[in-house]
Amino acid sequence: MKKIFSRTESLCEADTHYCSGCGHGLVHRLVAEAIDELGIREATIGITPVGCAVVAYNYWNFDCVESPHGRCLAIATAIKRLQPQQIVFTYQGDGDLAAIGTAETVHAANRGENLTVIFINNAVYGMTGGQMAPTTLIGQKTATSPEGRNAKNDGLPLKISEMLAGLAGVYSIERVSTDSPKEIFKTKQAIKSAFKNQMENKGFSLVEILSACPTYLGLSPLESMDWIRNTMSKEFPLGKIK
Amino acid sequence: MRNQKPETRNQKILLSGNEAIAKGAIDAGCRFYAGYPITPQNEIIAYMAQHMPEAGGVFIQSESELAAINMVFGALASGARAMTSSSSPGISLMQEGISYIAAAELPAVIINIMRAGPGLGNIWPAQSDYFQAVKSGGHGDYHCLVFAPASVQEAYDLTVLSFELADKYRIPVIILGDGMLGQMMEPVTAEAAEKPQRPQKKIWAATGCKGRKPNVVKSFYLNMGELEQFNLKLQEKYQDIRHREQRYETFNTDDAEIILVAYGMMARLAKKAVESLREKGHKVGLLRPISLWPYPADILKEIISRQPSVRFLVVEMSYGQMLEDVQLTVNGRVKVDFLGRSGGGVPSEEEIINRVRRIAG
Repeated sequence: MKKIFSRTESLCEADTHYCSGCGHGLVHRLVAEAIDELGIREATIGITPVGCAVVAYNYWNFDCVESPHGRCLAIATAIKRLQPQQIVFTYQGDGDLAAIGTAETVHAANRGENLTVIFINNAVYGMTGGQMAPTTLIGQKTATSPEGRNAKNDGLPLKISEMLAGLAGVYSIERVSTDSPKEIFKTKQAIKSAFKNQMENKGFSLVEILSACPTYLGLSPLESMDWIRNTMSKEFPLGKIK
Repeated sequence: MRNQKPETRNQKILLSGNEAIAKGAIDAGCRFYAGYPITPQNEIIAYMAQHMPEAGGVFIQSESELAAINMVFGALASGARAMTSSSSPGISLMQEGISYIAAAELPAVIINIMRAGPGLGNIWPAQSDYFQAVKSGGHGDYHCLVFAPASVQEAYDLTVLSFELADKYRIPVIILGDGMLGQMMEPVTAEAAEKPQRPQKKIWAATGCKGRKPNVVKSFYLNMGELEQFNLKLQEKYQDIRHREQRYETFNTDDAEIILVAYGMMARLAKKAVESLREKGHKVGLLRPISLWPYPADILKEIISRQPSVRFLVVEMSYGQMLEDVQLTVNGRVKVDFLGRSGGGVPSEEEIINRVRRIAG
């Protein structure tokens, strides 16, 4: 009999610590499946961020380095330069990549480092209790924008993917979503392609994934999916950016 | 010509302190350097830009000191010998990374060619980052090994040693120099260049998990009790280092009634003062700590038990930072005086002599 499905080797057997409806577990799996399908598990080094996904290495079955907040791409730069034959990726949230780590992100991209970046945008800070993120939408209520984000006080949602697309060093940027099976499938393809780019030495590839944080959106998991589809993706349109 | 090899071996080369540190690093097998320009240590980054690629290593001018120390973190996690360098304000920015490196037990070498502070201060020599280096400038209970060279040769030798000890203990090592040491030129015998280092393979490094279980380089211990256990393990390591790695030099201390305590370039000036005072019959000596952490407390205690009437005069380019470690060690048993200047001022030989004379009555 032909075997058509088996355990993802790049995932460990572990109980999840993520809230119900959280996008992290799902994306962890997509990353692991992409790595398995490309046959690169034993060559992969993942850089985990500060935020809810800090312990992603508890779920992944390959080498990982845990980064200080925002510094993933500085760490990844050094690892890839010293081990160019290995596959190095960062997994970063919106606070990590687009607030505290903006300088590291912009300069790694500008240097055209041959890296893969998995960027989880859920429009809120999860680990610290639902504060405003650089990607929080105008009017969105958080612990630190109790009346809703106000452009005059807080600035507009930061579209870092569009910013990075303007840099000559960047090879590929795509924004995808996790709000439906169809979009999840596309997300997997985008992740796989971002790893392939690195394998083919094409350079800096980033996948921005719109992901749900039902706990701090104050919505049910299903309502969160609707919110991503109908509200968030209006501000952060899906598709290939570069 | 027949016997050229030994001649080459003994040949001295003229280097600045900064260049000697950079050369020492490469000779010690350092194959990754990231840094951001800041005076007075720019010769290190320039030397690395030129010579690191020749040695087959990686050189990156980073976008900030934050990025530099984190690039070094990544390089260390890869198992390489790696280094960064900066001067006081830049080292302040690196404190986050140093804390993480200490917590992840990574063997970093960090060079601080101190300038005067606080704030932007100025580019003149100073020793006012002692507290930051020795008392762990970042957050959490950790230590870095700290060495203070007093000559260009020693800057070279201590850099080589730093890489060895960093690997041995899996601990960050700081070389604490100052602008004077960084800029002055002296002849150096580059012994390590003759016997290239082959650092041991690091089995804990993140290199891809082919043929083994995955490695994780991390500093996060969320479960109750886990971090305390880890911290106790760190403390055991620090205790071991306290016993094994105290380094110092004594000069004319055996019969001395007054002993100057000074480190780094300040100790060179203090030594001159001791020589002049000896010529005039004063029983004066010098204790020069070479390791600032661990502080060479054992020799201080030994001196006190041998000479209970001894007095110490601590001389620093700061307003009394190492002074606190001397006071802590002496614990009130003998008198401790202090002479210090900071902000670019350096206690002169004459000032030291005058102070000793006043103490001697």
